Amino acid sequence: MNATHIGWAGLLGSFVLVVVAIGLSFSQRLQLSRSMLWASARAAVQLMLVGFALRLVLDPKASVWWAWLWVVVMVAFAGFTIRSRAKEVPGIFLLGTISMLVVVAVSLSVIFGFRVFPIEGRTIVPLAGMMIGNSMTACVLVGRRIVDELSEKSDEVEARLALGQSWQEASRPYVRSALRTALVPQIESTKAVGLVFLPGAMTGLVLAGVDAVDAVTVQLAIMYLILGSVATSVTVIGLGLTRQVFTSDHRLRSIERATH
Amino acid sequence: MLAVMGPEPRANSEPALLEFQAVSFEVPGGPTILDGVSLAVPAGKITVVVGPSGAGKSTLLRLGNRLEVPTAGVIRFRGEDLGLGDPRALRRNVGMVFQKPVPFAGSVRMNLLVAHPGATESELENVLDRVGLNGSFLDRVADELSGGEAQRMCIARTLLTRPVAILMDEPTSALDPENRSAIETLARDLANEGIGVVWITHDLDQAHRIADRAFVLIDGRNASEEETVAYFTQRMPEGES
Repeated sequence: MNATHIGWAGLLGSFVLVVVAIGLSFSQRLQLSRSMLWASARAAVQLMLVGFALRLVLDPKASVWWAWLWVVVMVAFAGFTIRSRAKEVPGIFLLGTISMLVVVAVSLSVIFGFRVFPIEGRTIVPLAGMMIGNSMTACVLVGRRIVDELSEKSDEVEARLALGQSWQEASRPYVRSALRTALVPQIESTKAVGLVFLPGAMTGLVLAGVDAVDAVTVQLAIMYLILGSVATSVTVIGLGLTRQVFTSDHRLRSIERATH
Repeated sequence: MLAVMGPEPRANSEPALLEFQAVSFEVPGGPTILDGVSLAVPAGKITVVVGPSGAGKSTLLRLGNRLEVPTAGVIRFRGEDLGLGDPRALRRNVGMVFQKPVPFAGSVRMNLLVAHPGATESELENVLDRVGLNGSFLDRVADELSGGEAQRMCIARTLLTRPVAILMDEPTSALDPENRSAIETLARDLANEGIGVVWITHDLDQAHRIADRAFVLIDGRNASEEETVAYFTQRMPEGES
């Protein structure tokens, strides 16, 4: 049996587990049966559409520019997603989109510059997707955290400004705390990998019949890239957002005022 | 003796260290907080600004430290428009003490070093002595100080920038009588050293105790002579006339 081709029958077989989940929800009166069914159906439709589109993009005969176009769409979509998840953060759409572009540029330059992977549609799209997906969550977290820190501690920030500190100096302790909050979960998950869970890429490779050690090296490279991407994206958001809540003459803007 | 000043500085008054000339401030898309306020702050005196809540007193101080910028009028520091210079240098010259003490995380030493990163141990001890604390406070956690101690530490922090004027926004409003009296004495000492002190209060007893000069603000503007008389008469402490 080929582990990478489960077929429609295999997919239907795995759906039995969704039926089990719905049954549990029903028996425990969780009232989540409909949500579970809707989520499963939606995931199926979305992924199928993506699968067929990717088949065209990743076709070895297709131009690699289709893959880059796919990345551009992912970056724009990530910008919208960040905005919808952190509406209270002023200017987050632009900052989020810039941050995703920086992440893609830096991480793919490293991957392809050091020839970790060849420049092909089948490498560009999934790698960029992983960098963007992980960075997106961290961006939302750090954006919200910076706004919370600087509005909750606005009296301290202004007391620092009143002592003659620049906006960079006055905001540093609070921005640093926000960046740490956003980065620690990624560091923790990097530490726990292999001990607590087997990450998706490695699991996929092993299922596809790749040697376990080869699968691990690929996974490690990806994890390092994700860590670097998350650090890059939160730093871009952190610096950009902080700059935005101060005036050029070192005054703290009202965060509410900056929201519109 | 309390000298109540009108909107314009008197001809024979001391040269102004800090001067507000027809200063207005509006919140963007919001209300007018100050409307054409003028006042002058000389060196070596305590200038008290009194007025009811919402009169714009705190905003006036924030303008003096350039935490806000006026929407009209000019504020001059030593004769220069303070909007033209480096705000960081201005803020070190014109210190600010807030109504509620704002200790930063960490020890008293760390708080003081924010104001003067290169300060020596003896400089830190001296400034604490100056505000009625002492060197034993240096390793105390700033967040754990009492209200009076925290406010004194904040004043010490401000003094480390070597200001020539200090703007004090109701610095004793949250303190007990003993600490209030100590900080009033400290303000007098600072004025005697040549520092121009601006002290905001709505406590007329306090204004009478400490003011060399007083300005009344009502509804964001300088009170007229009649309003000033009415304000002081209505709220005159018992036993005074």
